[in-house]
Order: sequence, then structure tokens, then C-alpha cells
Amino acid sequence: MPDQEKYNKADPLADAGTEEEEIQSAVESRTFDLGTMEAQTLIKNERLDDEPEVAAADDRVKPRSLWQDAWRDLRRNPIFIISGLLIIFLVVMAIWPGLFTSTDPLKCDLSKAQQGSESGHPFGFDGQGCDVYARTVYGARASITVGVCATVGAALVGTTLGGLAGFLGGWSDSVISRVADIFFGIPILLGGLVFLSVIPSRSIWIVVAFIVVLGWPQIARIGRGAVITAKQQDYVTAARALGASNSRLMLRHILPNAVAPIIVVATIALGTYIALEATLSFLGVGLKPPTVSWGIDISSASATFRNAPHMLLYPAGALSITVLAFIMLGDAVRDALDPKLR
Amino acid sequence: MPAATRARWAVVVATSVVLVATGCGSSGGGGGSSGASGGTGGIVTAWWGDPQNPLEPANTNEVNGGAVIDMIFTGLVQYDPKTSEPSNANAESITSDDQQNWTVKLKPGWKFSDGTTVTAKSYVDAWNYGALSTNKQLNSSFFSYIQGYDQVAPASGNPTAQTLSGLKVVDDNTFTVALTQKFSTWPATLGYSAFVPLPASFFSDHAAYLNKPIGNGPYEISSWTKSAKMELRPFTGYAGSDKPKNGGIDLKVYTDTNAAYADLQAGNLDVDNGLPNSALKTVETDLNGRFLNTPAGIIQTISFPLYQANWNTPNAQKVRLGLAMAIDRNTITKVVFNNTRTPASDWTSPVLGAAGGFKEGICGQACTYNPTMAKQLVQEGGGIPGGQLTISYNADGPHKEWVDAVCNSINNALGNTSACVGNPIGTFADFRNQVTSKKMTGPFRTGWQMDYPLIQNFLQPVYTTGASSNDSGYSNPQFDSLVNQANANPDKSGAISQFQDGEKLLATDLPAIPLWYQNGTVGWSDRVTNVLLNPFSVPVYDQITVK
Amino acid sequence: MGRYVIRRLLQMIPVFLGSTFLIFVMVHALGDPVNALFGDRAPDPVVAAQIRKQYNLDEPLWLQYLIYMGNLFRWDFGTTFNGQSVTSLLATAYPATIKLTAVAFTIEVIFGVGFGLISGLRRGGWSDNTVLIFTLIVISIPTFVTGYVLQYLVGVQWGILPATAGEDLTLESLLLPGIVLASVSLAYVARLTRTTVAENSRADFVRTAVAKGLPRRRVVLNHLLRNSLIPVVTFLGADLGALMGGALVTERIFNIHGVGFYLYQGIVRQNTATVVGFVTILIIIYLAANLLVDLLYAVLDPRIRYA
Repeated sequence: MPDQEKYNKADPLADAGTEEEEIQSAVESRTFDLGTMEAQTLIKNERLDDEPEVAAADDRVKPRSLWQDAWRDLRRNPIFIISGLLIIFLVVMAIWPGLFTSTDPLKCDLSKAQQGSESGHPFGFDGQGCDVYARTVYGARASITVGVCATVGAALVGTTLGGLAGFLGGWSDSVISRVADIFFGIPILLGGLVFLSVIPSRSIWIVVAFIVVLGWPQIARIGRGAVITAKQQDYVTAARALGASNSRLMLRHILPNAVAPIIVVATIALGTYIALEATLSFLGVGLKPPTVSWGIDISSASATFRNAPHMLLYPAGALSITVLAFIMLGDAVRDALDPKLR
Repeated sequence: MPAATRARWAVVVATSVVLVATGCGSSGGGGGSSGASGGTGGIVTAWWGDPQNPLEPANTNEVNGGAVIDMIFTGLVQYDPKTSEPSNANAESITSDDQQNWTVKLKPGWKFSDGTTVTAKSYVDAWNYGALSTNKQLNSSFFSYIQGYDQVAPASGNPTAQTLSGLKVVDDNTFTVALTQKFSTWPATLGYSAFVPLPASFFSDHAAYLNKPIGNGPYEISSWTKSAKMELRPFTGYAGSDKPKNGGIDLKVYTDTNAAYADLQAGNLDVDNGLPNSALKTVETDLNGRFLNTPAGIIQTISFPLYQANWNTPNAQKVRLGLAMAIDRNTITKVVFNNTRTPASDWTSPVLGAAGGFKEGICGQACTYNPTMAKQLVQEGGGIPGGQLTISYNADGPHKEWVDAVCNSINNALGNTSACVGNPIGTFADFRNQVTSKKMTGPFRTGWQMDYPLIQNFLQPVYTTGASSNDSGYSNPQFDSLVNQANANPDKSGAISQFQDGEKLLATDLPAIPLWYQNGTVGWSDRVTNVLLNPFSVPVYDQITVK
Repeated sequence: MGRYVIRRLLQMIPVFLGSTFLIFVMVHALGDPVNALFGDRAPDPVVAAQIRKQYNLDEPLWLQYLIYMGNLFRWDFGTTFNGQSVTSLLATAYPATIKLTAVAFTIEVIFGVGFGLISGLRRGGWSDNTVLIFTLIVISIPTFVTGYVLQYLVGVQWGILPATAGEDLTLESLLLPGIVLASVSLAYVARLTRTTVAENSRADFVRTAVAKGLPRRRVVLNHLLRNSLIPVVTFLGADLGALMGGALVTERIFNIHGVGFYLYQGIVRQNTATVVGFVTILIIIYLAANLLVDLLYAVLDPRIRYA
């Protein structure tokens, strides 16, 4: 493939240059973070994908979809296996914390505050004299719930709105994109401070809702870019020519081809959302007791790490491992979906 | 000054920036110090937060603004930094025959730092300004004892008079004050910062004044970069006895108390009286003992919303007693606060001294940790109203740790890990809105920092019916009448025992549980010595010497 | 080009109005700020009413917003409760934050792109893996933890750099907060550069350059890096706004009186004028940065033309 042509395909902007509506959103369809960037490369690579499929058909091998290819690839990828196992382990811990410890994370003896490990309490005690090990185990539930639910929520809202914007184009695209801009323009910590101070209840779901409200524009931008790319492909034009309805076009043809970059961004976002929960707790507007979460523990331990580093180390370690696992998973999925890296 | 208190503790640590309540009354210098050497020597840098309000004396009710007001003003009376005993400063005498009509004579020859003379008019004008409601002064209610307050600050509508009818200038150095009721200890309240005199330039060019306030105190402001730094230098014409022993104070605004502490350790800050709780464990060794932990006129309590029907029953009273007994004050003050708090057993403060009305043990069994009896009492009372106890506090202050500890203590006593939980409310403002609009459904954090060292100040504004800081909605006619009798009583010890009788009623009614008396803490660098805290937990800046 | 810019500018107006209104409503919903001025004392109703009137707090919300926006166009951002004009706060805060952002940004570009280049050129090697693990760890640790730990170790314990920045911002004092602020974005930039470099190193134009016999250095710098930088520049441009708004935690830890500090103080004191004023400027910077990045594209990639 000639260099120039490939480059054009690779760059949505190059296409955009000819079409007014897309120019204005050059920034939106490119994104501002790694996830989006990586997703962009995916978007372009998907197009290249059409060709190998044809070639495979020539060889009379049953054509495999992008997803089958990816799965075959993933099964042999050690990073995927390790991160997958880690995530399964963490999810089990989140659902049945009782399997890992019989200590009550809310049972605290102040006279043991900040003491190091002793028998039965391998990680020692925190500033309130609670068992750090039990709190680390029980903290998984809130932290992972926030991460997973916020990601799913943001992905659903973002994909729907972003997909509609990309598919419909025109003024509805403008409206959705501008609304996304409004939410994107507000710094997330500032929004958290104000929004979460306003709402008296500080349940997990409120924190999740907040992250969804300020997180969806990011996914929407990628979704929009991916849908615009997919929309211009020949098979969509063909389907449209055959009289497929808008909803059928969208659901059957476009969405499945646009969803890969969203998955990649979402896994990376998931890690950052878990870390965000900790920062919100640090600012005093995150989850509140009796909820046990890594964020609460990390923020209360951060100022005293000199006296009792173990209080910070274990919940922070758990958080890092979780974030790592999800980002590694995202990486592996990304690599698997990127045919050029095979 | 109530506001100050809560605010202070709420915010200071968290942000260092905000609303800290102030120790208002102390005039920056210790009255006791002899007027020794003049202001020679080096400059001291000290921790500071951005004042919440413009620097007008009657408009300053938090610790950051209060610290400056204390340094640049000296009022009629000042309090000894060690004993909190009031003594005349700018006043020659404050006398009355009937405890209601007072005559104030000034020491002649005092000057403001702009060279003008301090006269009786400086005081009367300043007080009239502070009381007039259209001037929007936050401390205006401090003038409500003076006759004519109803006209300058009517409960609604515009003022019908511009000046207080109870204030009269007799001559340059004398003025009279008529109070609305007998108030035998009134002169001792005059060390509060709202009662200082103001120079004529305050009224003639107000905007310029606010950029660089002028006073009659031991220091004058030499430069002020708002939100960043204020440089104070000794006022050479100062006539008081507490002349500065250093070359000046540079107040540095910090965004966070942890940042200030890091600077102190790194040697970039000399005096830090905003130490974060997390530093208390290591401060002694970090600073090689350059640390002072001394009682201050602050008491921390947990108040109950007695305006809620389910908290105002005889059974609920039993529950309140049970909860009070379920709190292990000794362990919490030791572990969480590293002995910078003392378990409380009355509703005042040890800085008053026994002669001033402080009496250990008035609270009785309610302030004694007894988990078994606590559990029994709560059960007898039908359990916690509403099922679960939520203790509300403002999340922008350093309260989470101790509220969690109090809850854990209650949970352990009741044998139920979800009996009590802390309820953080985002900002101090929001928290206070909910408290003052009586919307609390469970107990909440309250604290009181004295405005002036009198037992009256710990009881009247907080527990009399309808008082300005009666957050629990407590009302007991017997208590109110005891306070009134005590105020009118010319005999000091008689008045104090009447106040203490009132306190005994609090011990049975328990509108608020005493938790602990708060100490002031300060750490300093090896550049400076003789760092003291006054009873308002503000450093005695003029006494600090530079090596 | 001119038409395009005008269109973009016009589209900023609704976004600008929407964001400011959203913030205005949210800060307003925090409740009445006046009670808190009285601290623990119940507010004197007369004085409180006078103060509310002064700040228009007794008007309905929509009218308050209109009054505010009206004043804004006359360059009057309102005043704080301690009598400072918000414009004077903006004038002190933005230079501080811009200095901090500049330091952080430089660190981010130099180390982010550097690490990314090394890692991308040796995909799979030990240096690649080290960079990958390092970036993942940085992303997963909250900023305030990095901030406190580095401040204590570097600033207090070892005394290598100043522990806090304070009023006089020197390059030295901004180094530590700059590193902390840059850390997360740095990790992103490194990963992004790695991805694009790895991809482009197999591109035909690089093979051609190598085949032509150009020295490796030139191939890497002139051909590979330049072409890989386009997406990185996009990220950096958008990140500039995020850095300024995201300095809330960093500024607090290192005592920098910048945008984050005043925003936090504005929220705690519930001063709508401060919060909305600062956010207004932040949003303008954010929108301008977006536009700039789009225009920069045309410069970096001659094939892009804006009609």
C-alpha cells in the first residue's frame, strides 16, 4: 500500500479535511488521552482489516472475524492470562471477602492504633486500631464497584450519545458535542468537590453517578470518531443501499465495528476511576464510613505514612495492583485488536 | 467567639486557609511582660491563613484575622498570656457603682501608628460603627449589652438611630457606658477584639484603611500582599507595656498545615501554631523539643438536636447519658491527639482556673468511661433514636479521625459495629447552615473557643434559651435564671458558684456531651526562643526573641 | 482558515455559557454562605440580610447569573468576602499556576517523549518493560500520595529541594511540585509516544530513509519522531488545560497560591464569584488550547487544510 494512501486512511483528519462537519471537531475525535489515542490507531487499523479477511477467503479457510482473531491471540498472551487471573481473584475478593478473612473490618481497638503486624493481624493496625488486612480485603468491594460501575455507566452513556452524534451528524452532532464540551471543560476534581458537597448522601452510587456524569464525554468522543469511521465503509454503504433501516444499520453494522476502541479506553479509564475515588476521599468528598474502601484508607494514611508506612502501603498496593491488572488487560486487548502488531 | 472555634478546628488543619475561629480577645502582648527592651533583633516568620473577612476589628471573628488585630491593637483591657487574668491596658480605670452604668477613663498619651491620639471618641466611634447594622459587622452582637442597641440594630428593618444611646463622651480621656442590665464582670469582656478603638482615618478613607489597617498596638503593618504575606514591624510610639522583643513578624499564608509543617522542619518557617494532627506524634523529636503543648480556652463537645422530638424524651435522656459514658476519652486523647487534648469533666476550660470557675468533675458519671453501664442505659432508653447514631461534622476540618474514634468507642461499648457512624458534611458553611437552621437529625460536633476568659462566656451564649450559639435548642428556665442572677451578682465568687449550679443542670439534662479540653500547640525553629501561647492558642508574638 | 476560526470561536459561546452556568448552579446549591461567616454563632438576621443584599444573594438564581454575566463583560468579576476583588486574585493566581504548569509541562515533554522513544525503539526489551511498569505504577498511585511522600523525602529528609514553594516562586522550588503534577501525564505521554513510535518505525517512509543510507540518528529524529509527534502534540495541548485545573491537590501540598488554592478556598467559603471567575478563565484556556491544537495540526501535517 502506498505510503500516502495509508497515511490518509490512518488519519481521520485527512478525511475530515474535505468535510466541513468534521473539521470543527478535529480535537474531539482525536483525544486527549492515551486511551483515545490508542483507540484512534485501532479505528484506522480496523479498515486495514478488511483486506486480510478477503485474502483468507481466497485460501478457503473459514473467515475469522476481528473478535475471533483477537481471542485466539489473547489466549496465548501471558499478559492477558496474568491480568485476567488477577481480576478474577479481585472480583472474588470483592464479592466474598469473608473467604479471605474472618476479622471484622469495622471492629477496631484504638489502643492498638498504628501498631505493626502481629499474629492474626498480618498487616498490622491502622490509625483507629482496625485490622489493615481485613480492611484491605473488604475495601476491594467498594473500590472495584466504583471502578467497574462507573466505567460501565460512562461507556453506556458515552457510546450511546457519541454513537448517535457520529451516526446522525449535522446539528444533533453539534448539540451533543457541545454538551460534552461543557462537561469536559469542568476540571474533574473541582466538579467533584462541588457536586459531591451538594449531595448529602455519599453512597457508592452517588460517587459512581458523579464519575459517569463527568466521564462520559471522553468515551463519547471516541465513540463518535469510531462511528464516523465505520459509517464511511463500503459495507455500510452497501447495507444502506439494500434498504437497511437506520437502527439496523447502527446496531448490526456500525456498532460492532466501533466498539473495540471503546473497550480499550474503558479499561484504562477504569484504573483511573479507582484512583479518582481515593483522591475524592482525600478531599473529604469521597465515600464515607461505614463503607470500607481503599480510597478512604489511603487518604487517612497518607499524612501519617512516616509513623506507620504499613497503613499506606497495603491499601495503596492493592489499589496499584488492581489498576495495573485492568490496564494490562486493556493493553492486551488493544494489542490483540491491532492486526499490525501481530 | 463561637464562630471562631468551630471554624477554626474545622478548617485549619484541613486547609489552613479558612475559617479558623480566633482567639479573639488577647491583645497580642502579654500584659504581664515588663516593657523591656525595644524592638531590636531579627524578623520572625510565622504561620498564617488568609483572613476570612476584611480586617475591621468588629468584623473579625476567626483566628487568622484575630491574630493581626491583636498585634496592631491594644484595647482597654488585656489578658495575661499565662494566667488569663484581665488587667487594664489603655484604660486607667473602669468603674461602676451599680454594675450597670460604667465610667471608663483612659491613660493619656496613647497614639495610633499614624500619629493621631487615642481619645474617648476613638472608642465611642468605633463601638458605634461596630454596632450599626448597616455596617454589616459580624461581631455586632457584642454591643448588644449597651443601651440603644435595639435602635442601631433592630430585629428587622432599618436602624432608627445611628449611634448607641448608652455611650457618652465626657472628655478626651473619659466616656460612660450604660448597659441594659447589670453585668458585674463586663470590664473583663473588654479585651475582646471588637472593643478596640479606631483612628479617624478608618472613617475618612475606609478603602485605604482596609488595605493597610492602622491601630494603637505593639506592631504596625508595614506591608501586606493579600493572600500571601503580611509584614508587621514594631510601632515605635507604642505606649503599652508589652513592647515587642523582636524586629518584626512576617506572617506567611499557607495553603495547608502539612505544607507549613514541612517548611518548619526544613527551616523555612520560625513559628507554626497550625500543626496538623498527623505531626503531633513526631513533633517532639522532629523539632528537638522545640514544641509547646499548653491548655487553651477551647472545649469540644457533641451536641444533640433537642428540637427533634425523638431526642427530647426522658428515654432519650438516658440514651444521651449512656452515649456519654460509652466514649473512652482517655484513650482517644492519648492516641488520636497525642495528649494535646485533656478529657473534659465540665463545660468550661481549665484556663479559667479554679478561681475563675473551672471545676473538675461537675459532669460526674456522664464523663466517666463505663461501657457496661453505657450499654445498659442505652438499652433501657429504648435504643438509639432512629436506630443508628450519626455524628455529623464538617469534612473540610480535621475531625474525621476523632469522630471515627468516638464512633468506634461507642460501637465497642454497645457491641454493634454499625451502631454509630461519622457523617461528614462537605464544607463548614454547609454544616453550619444545617446546624443553625435546626435540620440535624442526630448529634453533631460543636466546639467553643472563649471570647474572653470568663465562665459566663462558656455558658450564657451556648446554653441559655435562644442564645446565639445554642445549637442544640436547649431550654431550661432554671438554668436561664441562674445565669441572670450570676451576671447581676457583684460578688465574684458568689456569681461563680451560681454559674456552677447552672452547670450541674447541664450534667443531668445533657444537651451536649463534654469531650475534651483542647490545648494550643506550637512548634518553632532553632532561630527563635521564648515562644509562648496565650489562652486563645495564639502565639504571644511580641515576646518571641531571635537568636 | 479565517472562516474556520470564526466558526470555532462562535461555537465556544454556548459551551462557555453552559459551563459557567453549570458551575454557578452547583456552587449556589452548596447553600447559603452567609451563615458560615458568623462561625459558631447564630447569624444576626439583620446583618446577614445586609450581607446577602451586598452580594445579590437575595435575588433569584437566574437573576444572580445574569447580574454576574453582565458584570463579567465589564470585567468585574465580583469580590470575595474579605473584600478582595476576584480580578486581583486572578492576577496573582494565574501567573503562579502558569509557572507551575510550565515546569510540569517541560518535565512532561522531555521525559515523556524521551522515555516513550527509548521504549518504542526497543519494543520488548528490558528498557521498554521498565518504562511500561514505571508508567503503570505512576498512573495507579494517587497524586496526593506521591506529593506527600516526595515532599517528605526530598524536601524535608534529604533537603535536596525546597519542601514548599510559597510566595516567591523560583525554578528550584517548583521542581518538586512540577514533578508531582507532571507524573501522571508524563506516564501517559510516554505510553502514547511508545505506541506511535513503534507503529511508525515499521512505516515505509522510515524503511525508505534507512535504505537511503541515512544515519540512524537522522532517521530517528527527523523522520520517525517528527511523524510520531502529531498525536502526542494533540494530547499535550489538551493536557495543558487539565494540568492547570488539576493542580488543586499539588498546589495545596506545596503551598502554591495558584488557581487550585483559590478554587478550593472559594468552594470552602462558598464564594460563587471566586469559583465561577476562576472556572471561567480555565474554560477559556481550555477552549483556546483545543483550537490551538487543531490549528497546530495544519502546521505539523501539511496535508491538513482548514477551509
